[in-house]
Amino acid sequence: MPHISITDVTKSYPPRRRGGATVVAVDGVSLDVERGDVFGVIGYSGAGKSTLVRLINGLEPVTQGSIQVDGVDVTSLSGARLREVRQGIGMIFQRFNLLRSRTIRANVAYPLEVVGMPRDQRRARVDELLRFVGLEDKADAYPEQLSGGQQQRVGIARALAAEPAILLADEATSALDPETTDEVLDLLARVNRELGVTIVVITHEMDVIARIATKVAVMEQGRVVESGATYDVFTRPQTDTARRFVRTVVRALPDGDALVALRQQHDGRLFTISFTDEGASEARVFGALARAGVDFHLVHGGVDDIQGRVYGLLTIAVRGDDAAIRDAVASIGSGVTITEVTA
Amino acid sequence: MNDLVERLQELLPTLFEQTGITLWLVAVSLLFGGIGGLLVGTALYVTRRGGVLAQPVAFWVLNALVNTIRPIPFIIFIVALQPVARAVLGTGLGTNVIIFSISIAATFGIARIVEQNLISVDPGVVEAARAMGASPWRIIRTVILPEAFGPLILGYTFATVALIDMSSVASIIGGEGLGAYALDYGYRRFDPVVTWSALAIIIVVTQLVQGLGNWLARRILRH
Ligand SMILES: Nc1ncnc2c1ncn2[C@@H]1O[C@H](COP(=O)(O)OP(=O)(O)OP(=O)(O)O)[C@@H](O)[C@H]1O
Ligand SMILES: [Mg+2]
Repeated sequence: MPHISITDVTKSYPPRRRGGATVVAVDGVSLDVERGDVFGVIGYSGAGKSTLVRLINGLEPVTQGSIQVDGVDVTSLSGARLREVRQGIGMIFQRFNLLRSRTIRANVAYPLEVVGMPRDQRRARVDELLRFVGLEDKADAYPEQLSGGQQQRVGIARALAAEPAILLADEATSALDPETTDEVLDLLARVNRELGVTIVVITHEMDVIARIATKVAVMEQGRVVESGATYDVFTRPQTDTARRFVRTVVRALPDGDALVALRQQHDGRLFTISFTDEGASEARVFGALARAGVDFHLVHGGVDDIQGRVYGLLTIAVRGDDAAIRDAVASIGSGVTITEVTA
Repeated sequence: MNDLVERLQELLPTLFEQTGITLWLVAVSLLFGGIGGLLVGTALYVTRRGGVLAQPVAFWVLNALVNTIRPIPFIIFIVALQPVARAVLGTGLGTNVIIFSISIAATFGIARIVEQNLISVDPGVVEAARAMGASPWRIIRTVILPEAFGPLILGYTFATVALIDMSSVASIIGGEGLGAYALDYGYRRFDPVVTWSALAIIIVVTQLVQGLGNWLARRILRH
């Protein structure tokens, strides 16, 4: 049984003004998140990502469809029963949303108060959580005394306090600089690995997906247009939207002006080689070309790390006779796709 | 000059007594009106669209009530409320009627101040508390009110100064206090020393209230 199962879910908002158009924020989405997944949802602004996660813990009611969390249909719950389900789902936010009126310690204790944990146990649990996120020395500080990254780590500690099995992260790193982003993503990966928490990560940065998501769904205008294992979506994107996102991380194939410039600088034929870790390595590709006696050099691209796996997308300029090039390409073997850049 | 000093010495016990009455009047009205305003203001905030206890009908009724009562000039409000005061307190005159009237007027005035301060609370923290499974009542008590505490103190300081102002019309229904003293003895009996002495004390009291409020709010907001 999936940990979170979203079936045919639609969420529409009534028009803001009389005569306005109904906004369909989430449009017929079905997704399964398995236990232990780090499930990424990526899309441009307004795609419906935030709305989708807010349906999972019932912050908004669905218009249609059903969402099962641990086999419980949350869309049929309300009041105290719904609040009980929420206590088992942690959530972190782009702007951290810490209580300014409370110290760090009291912020992390908040969900424990909600679930009714006695005061003396609360203290021990908060200490443990602050140690986990590496902020035990900040226990008595107030949120505004912490950096953004530290505040988000407090947010994570708070979200984990009541030992949820699921963590929802809505743009958790979008307000942070790249270095701090890494720090927070590492922590989320640790939460998933060490505590076995299923994580749903909402983002508009493909980099975040590449770093921690095991699976990804690409959203556009309320719909999921593509989904699958992160590595597969990166190496074989099926839709334009997915390709555009992939290109933000994987050094893209040259096109337009870049391609014109390459053609001017290099004579010979241009080929792109894409290889995954299932097939050849970069070294094998270059070795095969060299052995075939063709003269080549790398003009564009590079090798990327997607979820700890290798993905290369290289463009080479090759000089030599057509037969030699054909032989060289043939000798490289499986796992590598070579296509000539013809545009 | 000597005359003035002598005159002030003569007035001092009365000024002292009337200051005490004003402070008592304002303190009791602030207590009732403050609690009433907190309840009505919080109710306005939580029942509005998107609030934690959204209730469009309740909001509409409360909102209309506040909008109706708040703009009534206090001096007219007091007179209009006299029959009600008579029914509730058994009299339409005196200091208790003033307290009664100020408390009711202040409830609606403070309600708006409270509502406005609560609106300034970051909706994100309310969302976070909802996501943690907190009940609406708990969110009001442990998130919304504590998060707005600093601005609320400033709002109540502002309201207290307004209450001192309101208390000065007490004389029209036979109430006492600095304002009534200034009007009845200073104005009607052409005794500017009384008027100016009462005025000076009101200014000092107001300054003290404002200073205390600012200091408290600064501490709470950790500026
Ligand atoms: N409460 C609401 N009332 C009306 N429309 C809403 C509401 N919340 C969201 N929407 C609309 O639903 C659509 C999806 O919004 P949503 O916030 O889910 O997008 P998002 O993918 O999270 O975007 P972003 O990256 O900007 O956060 C948008 O068109 C938005 O205007
Ligand atoms: Mg969003």
